[in-house]
Amino acid sequence: MMSESAVDGAPSGVPGLVEDWASDKQAYNVPWGKAMMWIFLVSDTFIFTCFLTGYLNVRLTTTEPWPLQTEIFALTLFGQSVPLVLIAIMTFILITSSGSMALAVNFGYRRDKTKTFWLMVVTALLGASFVGMQAFEWTKLIQEGVRPWTNPFGAAQFGSVFFMVTGFHGLHVTGGVIYLLIVANKIRKGHYDAKGFEIVEIAGLYWHFVDLVWVFIFAFFYLL
Amino acid sequence: MSSDVGQQHPLGIYYKIWVLLFVLSGFSYAVDYFHVEGALRWFLVILFMTLKAGFIVAIFMHVVWERLALVWTILGPPIVLLVLIGFMAIEGNYTEGTRYQYRGDDPTLQPLSPSDLHHDEATSASANEH
Repeated sequence: MMSESAVDGAPSGVPGLVEDWASDKQAYNVPWGKAMMWIFLVSDTFIFTCFLTGYLNVRLTTTEPWPLQTEIFALTLFGQSVPLVLIAIMTFILITSSGSMALAVNFGYRRDKTKTFWLMVVTALLGASFVGMQAFEWTKLIQEGVRPWTNPFGAAQFGSVFFMVTGFHGLHVTGGVIYLLIVANKIRKGHYDAKGFEIVEIAGLYWHFVDLVWVFIFAFFYLL
Repeated sequence: MSSDVGQQHPLGIYYKIWVLLFVLSGFSYAVDYFHVEGALRWFLVILFMTLKAGFIVAIFMHVVWERLALVWTILGPPIVLLVLIGFMAIEGNYTEGTRYQYRGDDPTLQPLSPSDLHHDEATSASANEH
């Protein structure tokens, strides 16, 4: 199960790494679309790391107190204030969508087009509901007076980081929803019947990356 | 490589990882819900975060099954970013120290919570509208 994807006659492990790079041939044993998606995701990792490192730096250097996330992102449910509840629900929605996307990739390789199509639609709908909740959260904070340059709770940088990081992530989710729906529709129409279903895995990589970025935002921005 | 022999694995592993991600997210949320503070909070949040990120990359994004040529293209550059994070942490601590030392900023200030502000909500809301 844990073995590397097999290539006819090529060694695995470090000798395989050396051989893949040193032989006069294509270095990556994957479809070019998948290799390009990975290159894009690595560059996107750099963008989000720059944002989070900038956040680390302003949070360390500001001498004003940092606002208490657990209270700012609390919601009153059934007469009780529940800390971070919306963020927790958004986290669970994104993980659910990641799971449905992983299943879509699997059914794509099994050439089960109906299941793949519907699982991708479910994934996109979960993503859309995530963006909806984010819009609700933005509205709530804007009404409370949070702006990119000021807020009533503490350090002004809180607003800058909040709008920039969650906004950029929300744009990625929105783009992902559109991307998934386009690919799902093309699957339904049979565009990939001859070509194969790697496209589902490539779209899946993007979607899992969006979930992955949220894991870091959830930990560093909301919990710590 | 034809599409039929792409990244194809038994469904069971996806269900197991899916459940595991839910459990780990639940743990992360529990850290906040039960007000775990201080070093233990940092340790637990970063531990659960790393595990979640690892399982997503390894299983959902199929990296454990890829050849090392691709794996190191993916994981190598982000490892270098740890140097940037380390530098910025050191630099940030130094900047903060100089601000307290030379600007005389008050290190005992506490942030306000929404409940501190809500008692005069009616007046401030009407003030904001004008």
